[in-house]
Amino acid sequence: MSGAKPRLTTAAMIASIASEGQKTKAAPFGHALVALAETRPEIVGMTADLAKYTDLHIFAQACPDRFYQMGMAEQLLMAAAAGMAKEGFTPFATTYAVFAARRAYDFICLAIAEENLDVKVVCALPGLTTGYGPSHQATEDLAIFRGMPNLTIVDPCDALEIEQAVPAIAAHRGPVYMRLLRGAVPLVLDEYGYRFELGRAAMLRDGADVLLISSGLMTMRALEAADALRKDRIEAAVLHVPTIKPLDEATIVAAAAKSGRPVVVAENHSVVGGLGEAVAGALARSGIAARFRQVGLPDAFLDAGALPTLHDRYGISVSAMTTTLREWL
Amino acid sequence: MSANAGLPNEPSLAERARRIRRNALRMGEIQGQGYIAQALGIADVLAVSYFHALRYHADDPHWEGRDRFLLSCGHYAIALYAALIEAGIIPEPELETYGVDDSRLPMSGMASYTPGMEVSGGSLGQGLGIGVGMALGLKRKHSGARVFNLMSDGELGEGATWEAAMSAAHWKLDNLVCIVDFNNQQADGPSTQMLCSEPLEAKWDAFGWFAQRVDGNDIDAVREAFDRARTLDEAKPRVIICDTRMACGVPFLEARERNHFLRVAPEEWQKALRIIEAEAAP
Repeated sequence: MSGAKPRLTTAAMIASIASEGQKTKAAPFGHALVALAETRPEIVGMTADLAKYTDLHIFAQACPDRFYQMGMAEQLLMAAAAGMAKEGFTPFATTYAVFAARRAYDFICLAIAEENLDVKVVCALPGLTTGYGPSHQATEDLAIFRGMPNLTIVDPCDALEIEQAVPAIAAHRGPVYMRLLRGAVPLVLDEYGYRFELGRAAMLRDGADVLLISSGLMTMRALEAADALRKDRIEAAVLHVPTIKPLDEATIVAAAAKSGRPVVVAENHSVVGGLGEAVAGALARSGIAARFRQVGLPDAFLDAGALPTLHDRYGISVSAMTTTLREWL
Repeated sequence: MSANAGLPNEPSLAERARRIRRNALRMGEIQGQGYIAQALGIADVLAVSYFHALRYHADDPHWEGRDRFLLSCGHYAIALYAALIEAGIIPEPELETYGVDDSRLPMSGMASYTPGMEVSGGSLGQGLGIGVGMALGLKRKHSGARVFNLMSDGELGEGATWEAAMSAAHWKLDNLVCIVDFNNQQADGPSTQMLCSEPLEAKWDAFGWFAQRVDGNDIDAVREAFDRARTLDEAKPRVIICDTRMACGVPFLEARERNHFLRVAPEEWQKALRIIEAEAAP
């Protein structure tokens, strides 16, 4: 036995978000796309020099004649994906979330979304999932994309959900933005008998004392935090909201209306313009005045560093989140 | 096939261009202003496109085998509507609705509004990249259809244009034809003084394209350029840089220095239309 692995303390572009000893699956997006492509000949894969880092290389190897390497040109990637969709194909276009959201926005908006084209934009490094610094940390991608008409936005939690989301977003007619966890992706939701449904939030566990509403990797953090809180006799409900837009407001409002428990939204995103503010708006419109808090990234350009360090620093690690919740409750 | 099959009774390309100018002026008169100088300038290129080069079915704008004509410069919509009316894709009486609320002919071209409008242009610099994707898609389908992308010279300033240019050559897209309307006029002044794209032919050539530069108001020269672009037996994309004169065909409008977005006095529309009508073949 070599003992526990030392905690990573250096910045890395590609750092696994899996915690020590967590079950993982390799490249769930790539494998799910290959499986789907067998029955959907119109699916093509396109990327801007990031096949390897978006798990699209699995598809490229399995279906080389359906893979388009567009080079390091994200505006072209999105425009060409629009053109492909106009000719009847369903492109899965991959890059990093920062480049899609910041650099290629106009092309996703006008070339793809305005015509409601069947392009699936799948992006790695959402929120704070790299220690590389602001050039690669898409801390505001949801804020940028939520305002885009016609666009469906999905933020899956784990490998199981990514596998299920791939056929679901392909079946949906219209553009989709999906935040991607890649590489060795944790497997968590298999223990909850969970099935992804586009547009639906799911109560993973109930609890009378606090309602945690979360998406993406923060759902696995919320589940662990709920376990930790149970030791303090605090029962936390966890409502997982993998579809950010359209938001399942009915389920969110019904859950928040129950028993006057406080509502905490946890997201791997800036507190500006993401799930937290979307939930707050839904609650306000429904006249629900629950105590409301957000666990999310600050409205700031974040530091470079090791992911575990940064997740602690910015409050989205399990321990930081649990500490925050204990203080609030 | 296109409306121009070389039949003896078929109007000449010059007559088609004249009618496109007339249609555009009639639409411009309805709004009293607009991108009429661009429409008059590009009319000859559109006549060659729709009555010589493009394959399409006027009664079935979505016919799978059609050549795709992308209007990257969405503000040229008035020009394309004028051509689509002449081609029989849009009924002529509809020109009365140009730019009017709930019309199928909005002032900037959008795919969902208008039959024969392939893309929503207007965010300049997007058309060529979309064209790359369509040309790739057509090749995937083993289709013989071509993609023609019409862009304005101002769009040469957009970086995305050159991403797409590089990509088209990389993928050897011999089914893609880019038409650059070089009228040397954009919103703030002459294009060459805003962000100079010269030497333009050499640039496209260096990017791996078969490049031609012609007088875009010389119909024979334009037709020959389109023919060379269509028949070239080289696996590369093709560009035709068309030097055009703003407001070509209406001398008193041509003479205006700032004619990017023309304001024309009410009586001047009729004056312009009379000039165009006087050119009608006897």
